[in-house]
Amino acid sequence: MTPTSRRLLLAAPFAIAAAGGVGFYTALQRQRSGAYNPRGVPSALLGQAPPAFSLPPLPESGVEAFGAEDLRGLGRPVLVNFWASWCVPCIIEHPQLMKLSREGVPVFGIAYKDKAPDSLQFIRRHGNPFHRLAQDVPGRVAIDWGVYGVPESYLLDSQGIIRWRYAGPITDEVLEQDLRILLRRHA
Amino acid sequence: MAFLLLLLAGPALAVTSPADMLPDAAQEERARTLGREIRCMVCQNQSIEDSEVGLARDLRLLVRERISAGDSDAQVKDFLHARYGDFVLLRPPFAWNTLILWATPLVALLVGFGLILLARRGTAGIAPPAPLSAEEQRRLAEIEAALKLKDGTKA
Repeated sequence: MTPTSRRLLLAAPFAIAAAGGVGFYTALQRQRSGAYNPRGVPSALLGQAPPAFSLPPLPESGVEAFGAEDLRGLGRPVLVNFWASWCVPCIIEHPQLMKLSREGVPVFGIAYKDKAPDSLQFIRRHGNPFHRLAQDVPGRVAIDWGVYGVPESYLLDSQGIIRWRYAGPITDEVLEQDLRILLRRHA
Repeated sequence: MAFLLLLLAGPALAVTSPADMLPDAAQEERARTLGREIRCMVCQNQSIEDSEVGLARDLRLLVRERISAGDSDAQVKDFLHARYGDFVLLRPPFAWNTLILWATPLVALLVGFGLILLARRGTAGIAPPAPLSAEEQRRLAEIEAALKLKDGTKA
């Protein structure tokens, strides 16, 4: 064994440990900022139109409900958001939805497995960002979308094709770093 | 010890409540076998049969609903696969995008064999030296004689 290869062999474990450390560090940093979601799974519906569905409105909300037809050919991207009043991360996400809504981005909400009075109380307390709002009490439409938790958001392009799915709260970082760019890309 | 017992008891503890079961025992058995191959997307390392999460129960009921509607096992799996993608299947399908996953053991084996071959070639390089020629034998005798002389002077 030449001295160089011996030195290389000696350094190898340290190099591997260092590379692992850098990897873990970046993963943790990106996780903190919301750029990396270890539990995130790509949606099976990317590149497809949403499944056929029609859902009832949330009573007394004064917001019209929507179905699959209402998402077709809006001519602009729309964010479909599955949420619930019992979902704590939904509270973290809410200000970002309000911001988007104020900016005129259509945000369509689906209250997932929630009691109507609770959903109503939630939007009365935190504000209503939804241009359209429907209820999915049994959670079956959510299954057709491939939803596995709330909050979960789907970005549909101007043709009504699903382009992006985000499982988890849309934090300010996710909004600024990902969603804004995608909204412009699919406008 | 209690923990070990719990581990052993694990597969026997079905979370499906009796009210959710199918009346037909054979169909219920099919639903359970199938459910054990469907990932609970919330807990991610459990099957829907093992998980107590709400979504897992919804999917258990959905599987039972499809089975009583006359779907085959493959149709039920396709139904869930269309909605949740490869990840929902605890045994991922063999496809282009899962090729690395399936091929890894084979690749590891081949790399291992390659390393063994390389190592063997390395030792083969240290083959026993060729026998000495007559000229070399004569020279060796000279060297050894000289060594003896030196030893003699030392002693």
